Amino acid sequence: MKIIEAENLTKTFNGFTAVNGVNFHINRGEIFGFLGPNGAGKTTIINMLTGLAKITAGQVKLLGEDYTRSVKKAQALMGIVPDESNLYEELSGRENLCFCGALYGMEKGLREARADRLLEQFELVEAAGRPFRAYSKGMKRKLAIAAGIIHQPEILFLDEPTTGIDVGFARQIRKLIVDLHRRGTTIFLTTHYIEEAERLCERLAFIVRGKIVREGTVDELMKEAQRDNIVRFTLGGDFSGLAGEFKARFPGYAIQAGQDSGVSIHAPAPFPLLPLVQFFEERSLPVYEAKIVRPSLEEVFVKITGIEPQKMQNQQGPKSMKGPQGARS
Amino acid sequence: MKAWIAFGNIFMKDMRSYYLKPPNISWGLIFPIAWTLMFFLRSPVPLEVRDLLPGVMSLSILFGTTSMLAVTITFERKSRSFDRLLLAPISLNLLMLAKTTGAIMFGVINAFVPILFASFLTDLSGINWPLVLGSVIFIAITSTFLGLFVAVSVSQVFEAQTFSNFFRFPMLFLCGLFIPVADLPVFIRPLSYILPLTYGADILKTAVNNNGVLSLSLSFLMLLLFTAFLFSYSIYNVNRRWIL
Repeated sequence: MKIIEAENLTKTFNGFTAVNGVNFHINRGEIFGFLGPNGAGKTTIINMLTGLAKITAGQVKLLGEDYTRSVKKAQALMGIVPDESNLYEELSGRENLCFCGALYGMEKGLREARADRLLEQFELVEAAGRPFRAYSKGMKRKLAIAAGIIHQPEILFLDEPTTGIDVGFARQIRKLIVDLHRRGTTIFLTTHYIEEAERLCERLAFIVRGKIVREGTVDELMKEAQRDNIVRFTLGGDFSGLAGEFKARFPGYAIQAGQDSGVSIHAPAPFPLLPLVQFFEERSLPVYEAKIVRPSLEEVFVKITGIEPQKMQNQQGPKSMKGPQGARS
Repeated sequence: MKAWIAFGNIFMKDMRSYYLKPPNISWGLIFPIAWTLMFFLRSPVPLEVRDLLPGVMSLSILFGTTSMLAVTITFERKSRSFDRLLLAPISLNLLMLAKTTGAIMFGVINAFVPILFASFLTDLSGINWPLVLGSVIFIAITSTFLGLFVAVSVSQVFEAQTFSNFFRFPMLFLCGLFIPVADLPVFIRPLSYILPLTYGADILKTAVNNNGVLSLSLSFLMLLLFTAFLFSYSIYNVNRRWIL
């Protein structure tokens, strides 16, 4: 079931088109992600969906109902965690949660009980009474997520949830996102971290310069970049000078020596492994490992968008997010 | 009902976070005392406390409400916590009413500080108290909405202060608080009548000393119109400038 449907969503600012005719939907219970560089229009789309920005053209539906002109009703079903904290510095963590619950009309007893439960779930009990200004960046982000779900929304919007926080907290937040998803929360997240998108999202849309350039599951997107069928063998012994014999035995296949003790076999179609293993063993080259090599999401992204990963990385990004990734095996 | 829970909590949070903080309470005490003393010290002729009361009360409300509201809203806007309110499922009108109710109450309380002091210094019998309350509430509402008008027209806290003063200081002299409007140069007088405080202060003069010059119904009508205009224009500006 579709929770959010955006049709031809467009946003212009003083003649500049920030979002250009975007179409997508989010299914109930899934984690859907927007992956794109800074300035691609991710936050503008979230702002349009949540009522912080007016929609220039197009329409948005929540549970099948168009709310383009009546966002207030829809806001009751949304939880929003912006890229920068917007909680109150002078209030304590618990007070902030209770205040956010009150904004959604929750009765005192209910919001206090939920606040306590969330503080426990997010491991913030010890800091519950401290003013928000005394929280570290990571704790602030965790509390912001807790504030976003205190009213148990149908859908949670997470805008760049791990940007600018350190490794430990980034990991905790990704774990929290997975936990929330397991409990049935529908999540829409934006990120410019490829690895994060790959780890968390079930479906992804690549967004560049206000347009969705590709959308699909991670596997569907991978297939686009899969030119060859590649298997990497880790071998014992000396395999130099094997190329001629290999080509004669397996015409149409290509063999490439790796930097470590292995070779990669490329073929235009899927191929059986047993003849290859036998070929190596006949030459006293024991096979220790055989891995199917698939392209990384990064390669897919670069291929589709033409944007190099270095341009995606924010300098303030969490240290856990690597630059270029290794092959996804 | 749910919207009113949000309303009540926004109001209570503002009271706790801004208006009931010791520096603001001291502002409410010091400001009227300073103004009263200034007139006593500078006046070449002996002054009646009761004559000064409407002007000092009006100023206390004007400065108290506009300072607080313009700054707090601009500050929340700057720190993005105001976005959280805009994302809440309550109407913009109710949200802005919740944000302004604290300032209105602060203004009303400020107005009674000079009365409290005056009660030790002079005889306050014969004052029309219901009319005092009515005018104080209306002055507080229009002044608060003037602060709101300022807050939604600027983006920085310092701009809010400067822009507020652009209205407030001329109002000191133009609204008949201490200098009757009739004593102002003819070409300036029209300005007096486009400022809400002129009407509020005149009602207070009638209530305290029975020496107002405008009809009460005209003054209340004008205050109502200013209230409607300032609030509507502020909401229009929030929609235009903050929800892009």
